[in-house]
Amino acid sequence: MYDTLINFAYLVAAVLFVLGLKGLTHPRTATRGNFLSAMGMLLAVLVTLLDQRIVSFEMIAGGIVVGSLIGVLLALKIRMTAMPQLVALFNGFGGGASVLVAGAALIEANLHQATSLPQVTVATVASGAIGAITFWGSLLAFAKLQELLRKPLRFPGLQVFNALMALAALALGLWVVLRPEDTQMYWVLTGVASVLGILLVAPIGGADMPVVIALLNSFSGLAAAALGFVLFNNVLIISGSLVGASGLILTQIMCKAMNRSLWNVIFGVLGPAGGPQTSADEMYEGKVKSTSADEVAMLFDTARRVVIVPGYGMAVAQAQHALRDLANVLESKGCEVEFAIHPVAGRMPGHMNVLLAEADVPYDKLKEMDAVNSTFQQTDVVLVIGANDVVNPDARTNPNSPIAGMPILNVDLARTVVVIKRSLSPGFAGIPNPLFAADNTLMFFDDGKQAVLNLISALKEV
Amino acid sequence: MEIFVAALTVFMLAIFVGFEIITKVPPTLHTPLMSGSNAVSGITLVGALLSAGTQYTMLATVLGFSAVVFATVNVVGGFLVTHRMLRMFKRKE
Repeated sequence: MYDTLINFAYLVAAVLFVLGLKGLTHPRTATRGNFLSAMGMLLAVLVTLLDQRIVSFEMIAGGIVVGSLIGVLLALKIRMTAMPQLVALFNGFGGGASVLVAGAALIEANLHQATSLPQVTVATVASGAIGAITFWGSLLAFAKLQELLRKPLRFPGLQVFNALMALAALALGLWVVLRPEDTQMYWVLTGVASVLGILLVAPIGGADMPVVIALLNSFSGLAAAALGFVLFNNVLIISGSLVGASGLILTQIMCKAMNRSLWNVIFGVLGPAGGPQTSADEMYEGKVKSTSADEVAMLFDTARRVVIVPGYGMAVAQAQHALRDLANVLESKGCEVEFAIHPVAGRMPGHMNVLLAEADVPYDKLKEMDAVNSTFQQTDVVLVIGANDVVNPDARTNPNSPIAGMPILNVDLARTVVVIKRSLSPGFAGIPNPLFAADNTLMFFDDGKQAVLNLISALKEV
Repeated sequence: MEIFVAALTVFMLAIFVGFEIITKVPPTLHTPLMSGSNAVSGITLVGALLSAGTQYTMLATVLGFSAVVFATVNVVGGFLVTHRMLRMFKRKE
């Protein structure tokens, strides 16, 4: 009877999670959706405490207090620009918890001398291995996003080494399944998986981070789902697989937006550079036109439609509030202003949208790539700030380019393009951008935020 | 074995439900979706509570305690930061 009650409450919690995710399909219902999910979690935790197997509450209370303090502190203190690393960190904690719980479950199963079913041990092994990869992979992603680690780490034979580690993990997993009483082998397995997690993320560079974070997100869900199989707990299975699916979809969207396969992002280097490449000097020599705030202000003054294209550089320069002010000034002059967001702009899915929302830019002004691409020909001025590869026309026109075929924002089709950038340095792909040398492009060399502030004051004087 | 097949059924169905719902989430909300679903994956907390509270062995209890801390950070921090973000989206109706 008691167990029935608990399981029934778990069912309600699972329904709340599904409704909560459904709420996230529209900004208007999203806050309520998140609240529903949180309520589901609260319910699941409360009824778990009713479980008669629990004999002591001190450890539980202590753990919850410590965890809540850390969680609240991090969630309230974090700046919006640092959101990618925070999500990575939380993600890692979830994975770490799965490793520990699966380990504890294995110890308990041995203690009861229960001959656990092989499929349960398989789930234990899966939960431990995926959890360990998630934990260390996420910590490394955190370190990279926080710029504690600046350079991608690569060494010759890394792939071979990773393959060997993966084989070792499989063998160890099999060992634990065949001989569950050797608990120490479980910890060796998680150790190997940890090294694998670190080495899988280590070689991946900054602009590929959206894929990595989405994938680790999926992993943390799958680890939780596997744990559900260990504990015969449906609410774990359901919520774990919801998160696993969510992360997989985001991973897929990110890969598609870069025209690269998941395999290529994780194991490969950037695409094949077939044919002769134009060097940056050749491309830019004598063709780059530099501009000033006053000149751009004049352009803006007569423009009827302006599209702003933000990239990771906007986040670094913290220029989102200044951009909002600029958009307001332009609109007060009767100009139509929209923001064009490339799916992989920034360091995590939706990164630009959150920063612009923080700056009070209404979400209906943020346009997706497909919606905005057809409008560039009717656009008077495009303002590119801190974006590079995602506006490189080579992706569309040059089949020999390493980024050939990647969907881009076709800003070069607009009447005039103004690019705010510190220098002509290449973006993540490491290739020159013919946009900067195009006839209709003006380069505005300055810090992102300063440039926008100068533009605003120049516009007010026009 | 039946219980395993039942669990597998639930798993597969939940994956499909997840795919159906999440493909409808607009790109604007992808970051809150990640942090929100992340918080949901902290459901591991349920398992952690059992490990920490049953006190079979010292080691299992210590593992359980650490797991409770980890999972609580994930859950509490995740929902709170998602709420913070979503409020920014909501302000401008």
